[in-house]
Amino acid sequence: MEIVEMSLGQLRKLLDNKEISALEMTKGFLGHIAQLDPEINAFITITEEEALFAAREADARIAKKEGITPLTGIPIAIKDNICTKGVKTTCGSKMLANFIPSYDATVVTKLKQAGAVLIGKTNLDEFAMGSSTESSYFGLTRNPWDLKRIPGGSSGGSAAAVAAGMVPLALGSDTGGSIRQPAAFCGIFGLKPTYGRVSRYGLVPYASSLDQVGPMARTAKDLAVLYHNISGYDPLDSTTVPLLPEKVNDLPQGLKGLRFGIPCESYDKKIDPGIKEKLLLVADLLEKAGCIPVEVSLPSLEYAAAIYYLIAFAEASSNLARYDGVRYGYRSEEQTDMISMFRQTREEGFGREVKRRILLGTCFLTPEYYEDYYLKAEKGRARMKKDFARAFLECEFMLTPTTTVVPNIIREKTDDLLSKYLSEVCTVAANLTGIPALTFPCGCINGLPVGAQLMARAGKEETLFRVASFIEGELGVVKGGIR
Amino acid sequence: MKYETIIGLEVHVELKTDSKLCCGCSTKFPAEPNTLTCPVCLGLPGALPVLNKKAIDLGITAGLALNCKISRECKFDRKQYFYPDLPKGYQITQFYAPICRTGWLKKEFPTGRRRIRITRIHLEEEAGRSYHSGAGIIDSDYSLLDYNRSSIPLIEIVTAPDLRSPREAKEFMEELKIILEYTGVSDCKMEEGSLRCDANISVRRQGDRELGKRAEVKNMNSFRAVEAALEYEAKRQIELLEQNTPLESEETRAWDEGNRETVFMRFKEKAYEYRYFPDPDLLPVIINDDWIKGIRNKLPELPNSKRERYIQEFRLPKDDAALISSSKPMAEFFEAVLKDYSGEPKNVSNWIIGDLVRLINQEKIEFHQIKLKPEALGQMLKILDQGVISSKIAKTVFEEMFYTGNKPEIIIKEQGLEQISDVQLIQEIVVKVMADHPQSIQDYLSGKKKAKSFLVGQVMKETKGKANPGIVNVLLEKELEKIKE
Ligand SMILES: [Zn+2]
Repeated sequence: MEIVEMSLGQLRKLLDNKEISALEMTKGFLGHIAQLDPEINAFITITEEEALFAAREADARIAKKEGITPLTGIPIAIKDNICTKGVKTTCGSKMLANFIPSYDATVVTKLKQAGAVLIGKTNLDEFAMGSSTESSYFGLTRNPWDLKRIPGGSSGGSAAAVAAGMVPLALGSDTGGSIRQPAAFCGIFGLKPTYGRVSRYGLVPYASSLDQVGPMARTAKDLAVLYHNISGYDPLDSTTVPLLPEKVNDLPQGLKGLRFGIPCESYDKKIDPGIKEKLLLVADLLEKAGCIPVEVSLPSLEYAAAIYYLIAFAEASSNLARYDGVRYGYRSEEQTDMISMFRQTREEGFGREVKRRILLGTCFLTPEYYEDYYLKAEKGRARMKKDFARAFLECEFMLTPTTTVVPNIIREKTDDLLSKYLSEVCTVAANLTGIPALTFPCGCINGLPVGAQLMARAGKEETLFRVASFIEGELGVVKGGIR
Repeated sequence: MKYETIIGLEVHVELKTDSKLCCGCSTKFPAEPNTLTCPVCLGLPGALPVLNKKAIDLGITAGLALNCKISRECKFDRKQYFYPDLPKGYQITQFYAPICRTGWLKKEFPTGRRRIRITRIHLEEEAGRSYHSGAGIIDSDYSLLDYNRSSIPLIEIVTAPDLRSPREAKEFMEELKIILEYTGVSDCKMEEGSLRCDANISVRRQGDRELGKRAEVKNMNSFRAVEAALEYEAKRQIELLEQNTPLESEETRAWDEGNRETVFMRFKEKAYEYRYFPDPDLLPVIINDDWIKGIRNKLPELPNSKRERYIQEFRLPKDDAALISSSKPMAEFFEAVLKDYSGEPKNVSNWIIGDLVRLINQEKIEFHQIKLKPEALGQMLKILDQGVISSKIAKTVFEEMFYTGNKPEIIIKEQGLEQISDVQLIQEIVVKVMADHPQSIQDYLSGKKKAKSFLVGQVMKETKGKANPGIVNVLLEKELEKIKE
């Protein structure tokens, strides 16, 4: 087997047994990237020099048998909206095309401390606003399973890179489904952690109350390991929860007696019948393992997409106000005074979708609309949390589709805004309620991967890893694409 | 026609914290531009605010000192506008739920004692500072930006429109300053901008119930400017009223110190232009009873009640009581002296207000920097009362104590400053002085009373000022009587 197909555990063994050095491994992945990425375009920046340096350091650790963690010497890709000191962090935008942060995001610091090898920064929809990775200033990313198709988004670069074996692991960010939907479209695992479990310090915000950084990987166990290495309380992020870091052990296998909720509302939508079939298959497997299916009801799910867009756009309009051309990033040449500097910089620096969201969000926060839109959305959000709390009295986790469709052809839906916005209907609820949600591959339809989503109560990531790991064992690895 | 002036104040107070409201950067002033900054206060992408607990403590302290209700949930909002010195494109402030509400400050005005209501106190962060190459940002070739002040913590204290004259506004500000300094909330240095105020002012015909349209006056950089600016503005508005052209819409005006007038800046912004909404990066801070109790217990006796107590308990004149209580270190010094000294408290306040303040001003130091110990002053006053030294010598001893910090008994001993009360010795000197100045005796006998003072002076000179002046007087009188006969 080639290293590009290996799981984290297999790579670890190679390194620990000195069958391959971290430097050789990193070079191997860099070679694979050089071969595939011209076509896929998963990366905006490849940090070859930094990666080789980090790999040598990892080798030194391994030689001394000091400070070896599960990630020491392992190449990882980082979504390009997560700040990396001295390495361009563009958010896929002209606005930040040349922005070099002076500091590392907390998650990046943690990975560096663990000895991971950061190999590059991955493509995304501009400022993580989108679900197709078509709106990046640095060009679109293609789905390794079918190069004519989108990889999903906004973490499409990370998903494609992991799926194509360019890296074993990647970080994404998830505001309404931006980890899970591309993970599903690319046939890999992705986790949106509980809000407050992973520090947002250094994640360039889209919608602060919904954003979470999360892991993307090719196995459930790899996903869990990466999650455990990035999670935990951060004094630099007031919204993180002060909890002790969880211990990583081999995930327990038994699922007997666990109740899994099937929200009727999630299955009422226009779901691709093929996807529905795969979900029923998963449900069967769970039942056979001793899980108990329970029908649950989440009436407020109907409004999830509307609530999500109101809140996300409102927060985005504020979070993106700082790009004014004054201190860093793009500044228009077409400026004669302060006002024209602001106006032209933002006019030229942002793409269409970002501008659309800023304008709508600005509108939602004016007093004319504040109460009817923003406050109402917050009320809806509170009601959703109640609905979920009630449903979780009856089950330990829920099983839903991650997406209602398989990945579409590139540029096929560019102008169909409504269907684009509604495509996130399955995923946004977890962001709005702050609960963890995991997507795992559960088969293929016409050679395209399908994902299923698990959701649990806040802080119950372990349950999700257990279930996903079990199904992975039952279904075997879902393979495809152009490794 | 009589007019009434209605004034409400919005007072911005920089809090006395070591670090900023949302990051760990120092609040030191002055410092090289942009050296006290970090990703958070520069508003770099991805940086997040973390609240400074000390700032919340001081917000609560100010609220308690001004008799406010303290919110149990301290929440923060974003106030959004574009300006180059505002690095995030919004300011972190409290719009929907300020940390303190509905308090009051009692103040003795010439028209009587009144409560000025405090509507709210909220916490917020400072913006950076712009330096324009021209007059303003629009007509400058370039502007320089310093983010050292970005995110320095402030409170804004908003009063009800309860002040009735520019003078009251000024006096309120003076009182507020004393309270905030006392409680350690702020240094209140108006020159450095750590205390600023804007005033909302309107006028109406006496007896009218409805308030007139108001103007907000900004840029008043001293207490005197507050009074002058508001006097100008009140007069202007009254004239408009008399011409039947009152203010039609609310406007913002700036005080021009050079031309002594208020100048139109703009019509007042409506709230929606700021698009306030809760800051999702900051979770509500829960303020429980214990937290409030802890701060209340540490609250010092406030100047108002000290002033009353000095008048009642120590029988100080009103002015002395007001002056001494106006500064916390001075009041503490005063009270410390009285722990050792059981004589007349007025003696103590005389020395503090007189010689001590003079020397402090002369040396350009702050009260808390003085070497003089309160016990030393108490001891000196005891010695003075016992007649061991004269009050003239006492001044010398006092200066010596001020500069060296030494104890009075040591200074007196080392410099031989003890008062001479030995009748025999003084008698001899009196006789000698009289023998040396026969002309003065002639003058005295011919009715020039002044000549006697001259002779007393000569005796004091001979004794280097140490002779007991009472004894000198008696003895000299006796000798002169003898000659008369
Ligand atoms: Zn800072």
